[in-house]
Amino acid sequence: MVNNNPESIHDVKGVPIHSVHQHDVVIVGAGLAGLRAAVEVAGDHDTAVITKVFPTRSHSGAAQGGIAASLANEEEDHWEWHMFDTVKGSDYLGDQDSIEILVREAPVVVREFEHYGVPYSRTSEGRIAQRKFGGHTKDFGRGGPVLRACYAADRTGHVLLHTLYEQCIKHKVRFYSEYYALSLIIEDDICRGLVAWDMINGGVHVIRAKAVLFGTGGYGRVFKITSNAFANTGDGLSLTMRAGIPLEDLEFVQFHPTGLYKQGILVTEGARGEGGYLLNGKGERFMEKYAPEKMELAPRDLVSRSIQTEINEGRGINGEDYVHIDIRHLGRENILKKLPQIHELALKFLHVDCIEEPIPIQPTAHYSMGGIPVDKYGRVLADGKEKLVKGFYAAGECACVSVHGANRLGTNSLLEASLFGRRAGMAMDEFLHDTEDFAPIPPEAAQAALKEVDTMLSADGDEKLVDIRTEMQEKMMQKCGIFRDAGSLREVLDDIHSLQDRFSRIKVSDRSKTFNFDLIEAIELGHMLEFAEIIVAAALNREESRGAHSRTDFPERDDKNWLKHTLAWKKDGKIEFDYKPVTITRFQPKERKY
Amino acid sequence: MKKLTFKINRYNPDDERRGHFMQEYEVEVPSGHTVLDCLNDIKWNQDGTLTFRRSCRSGICGSCAMTVNGVNMLACETQALALGTDTITVEPLRGCEVLKDLVVSLEPLVNGLYAVKPYLIADAPPPTDQERFQSVEERDKLDGLYECILCGACTSSCPSFWADKEYIGPHGLLKAYRFIADSRDTGEQEHMEALDDKHGLWRCHSIFNCVEACPKDLNPTRAIVELKKKLVKGKVG
Repeated sequence: MVNNNPESIHDVKGVPIHSVHQHDVVIVGAGLAGLRAAVEVAGDHDTAVITKVFPTRSHSGAAQGGIAASLANEEEDHWEWHMFDTVKGSDYLGDQDSIEILVREAPVVVREFEHYGVPYSRTSEGRIAQRKFGGHTKDFGRGGPVLRACYAADRTGHVLLHTLYEQCIKHKVRFYSEYYALSLIIEDDICRGLVAWDMINGGVHVIRAKAVLFGTGGYGRVFKITSNAFANTGDGLSLTMRAGIPLEDLEFVQFHPTGLYKQGILVTEGARGEGGYLLNGKGERFMEKYAPEKMELAPRDLVSRSIQTEINEGRGINGEDYVHIDIRHLGRENILKKLPQIHELALKFLHVDCIEEPIPIQPTAHYSMGGIPVDKYGRVLADGKEKLVKGFYAAGECACVSVHGANRLGTNSLLEASLFGRRAGMAMDEFLHDTEDFAPIPPEAAQAALKEVDTMLSADGDEKLVDIRTEMQEKMMQKCGIFRDAGSLREVLDDIHSLQDRFSRIKVSDRSKTFNFDLIEAIELGHMLEFAEIIVAAALNREESRGAHSRTDFPERDDKNWLKHTLAWKKDGKIEFDYKPVTITRFQPKERKY
Repeated sequence: MKKLTFKINRYNPDDERRGHFMQEYEVEVPSGHTVLDCLNDIKWNQDGTLTFRRSCRSGICGSCAMTVNGVNMLACETQALALGTDTITVEPLRGCEVLKDLVVSLEPLVNGLYAVKPYLIADAPPPTDQERFQSVEERDKLDGLYECILCGACTSSCPSFWADKEYIGPHGLLKAYRFIADSRDTGEQEHMEALDDKHGLWRCHSIFNCVEACPKDLNPTRAIVELKKKLVKGKVG
């Protein structure tokens, strides 16, 4: 039963529906993917962005080192080389048709950013400057590291995000700042809008739209040590899952090699790109053992495993759980010019002046390779394979297209978010030109969201939110981290089930409607417990080691059985798996050595 | 580990009867804990109703600007013990409408920003298939201007803003100058349009509070002086 009059959507006791809005396009998330899509589509269509943090607070802004494109501004480079590196970096799980789009369109997107006003660092000829990054090489891996990462000092994410926000202002995008998405409205595989909570004033809002795009980002907050912001709780993943859509390749979680010790705050790979190196407790440059050719500029999965192995075998600094990154030899001037933010972060958070001392670092949960299954136009796939959810799009870290496969190369995420955000914007534009009417809103559309808010606002159990969240983060770090095995994964699966049970008895102490972060944190924790279960179950299910998924009980890659993507649903309380093949075009899987 | 007292300015609009009041919390602070870590500790373990914005916790998103011991700063990058006081007073940014506890309205900040047409304006279309060129020296002129994180610490420290909520504010003027100083931008007139106004440049009386308040060590006053020179030159010339 559908209803053409959204005003008649039912209320729930205690939490009335505040109002109903209507826009051609509603984008959730104001990071690079969401804002780039908004800029693309805003000219011709009424476009709104809803975001739980003020737009420039989005976590894309914390990206530091660069955005990849084979511009060849500094030295010879080709998109074919970039493609090979990305495919090899993905441990051959990336879909090569998508990767080809990524690397071929990269120069267009990077230059377009310049045209928008991004203050890139420049070469002596006045072109966009480029630096080295892990896994990016010359001549199909045969040569050394290549200068491919386009950058603005070590604030690349910051300048891209702020520039896109500026463009959104120019293009008159309507922002619903500090609104929090509660649920999607999807019926009969047609997306009709969404339900959101006004965090400032309180109140449930129904936002009707012809097209909805999720650019909701990653979920590092599931882990104890993470580079991610408090906001990175992966809400978009479970909202999608609750709409009956599977999630793809969630077992692949990237741990960035260099997080500030105990804080997890990112120390850019650009620090190694500029010549920094890693030292263990014995003062050894230990990457020699693990990646004799590429050393510190091997891909992240390999470097993180190497650091963790050094720590596990007692060769951390003073036998503790960290190692050093040393950039002293770059010299004061270079450090302050090219890595100013790293200098500031180490000083402010660890009291370490990296001009004088090495920086203590440890691997930190950083990026989700998996996510909402989409096609090359950002269109969400209802069955993870071919069937479309009409009007529903996703791009950036929350989506899985899949260009990163089992392991993402540094600088490919800013690229993916903006490039596939742009493509999704184009696809929405085309879709909107063919779509005159808004799909009707079912009268029960807001019920689940209203009930969730109502339940949380009156939650008065005996469990503390922080206890459940901390335990989840610790267990995920210990048992579903860089190294996993069947035993540890079975344990953490049980842990998550018991935490889910405890979550049903939490207490929310803030009962007010205005700016109730206690309420938001509770809803976020609910999301994290939902998809953490999928991460673990998928990791347990995949009996091989590939990219960032490293099973000590199955140490080899198994192309015969596992050269395929995982699709996972939760149906009637049970997790179900399906698979889809990897698209291989130019590069056949080979042994992966650096 | 040291026990500190946090004195926090509280306000809940749903409880108007109580209005604004100071509330004290005792916190065991381990070495290395930031003011934000302490606020989280209070929120998660003592009082779930305490409300403040936060996100990146690494000084780049600009969410957690607040007034700590009378000075505007980012809570996330300020070490609590390094403040050197046994009692730490935390208040919302001054001169701003308080929505709840330490959360203030961002509306004046956004309005000030929108006023200066905060985007690159270039007459000539960009070249196809390549970037616009900009020399290293031209690009260097943007250092100290482009790093703004829009946290609001500067504008809320400015007495001129306290008196005039429509003042564009140092953050907006810095943004205007970020584009005017950019060799690629040809929209000086457009960025300046709103500046020659009682809510614009002339509200700045070079008090320099903004310079002191900026957690990114930027210098909005210098940018404002440059803009004033441009405006005067334009009138005289």
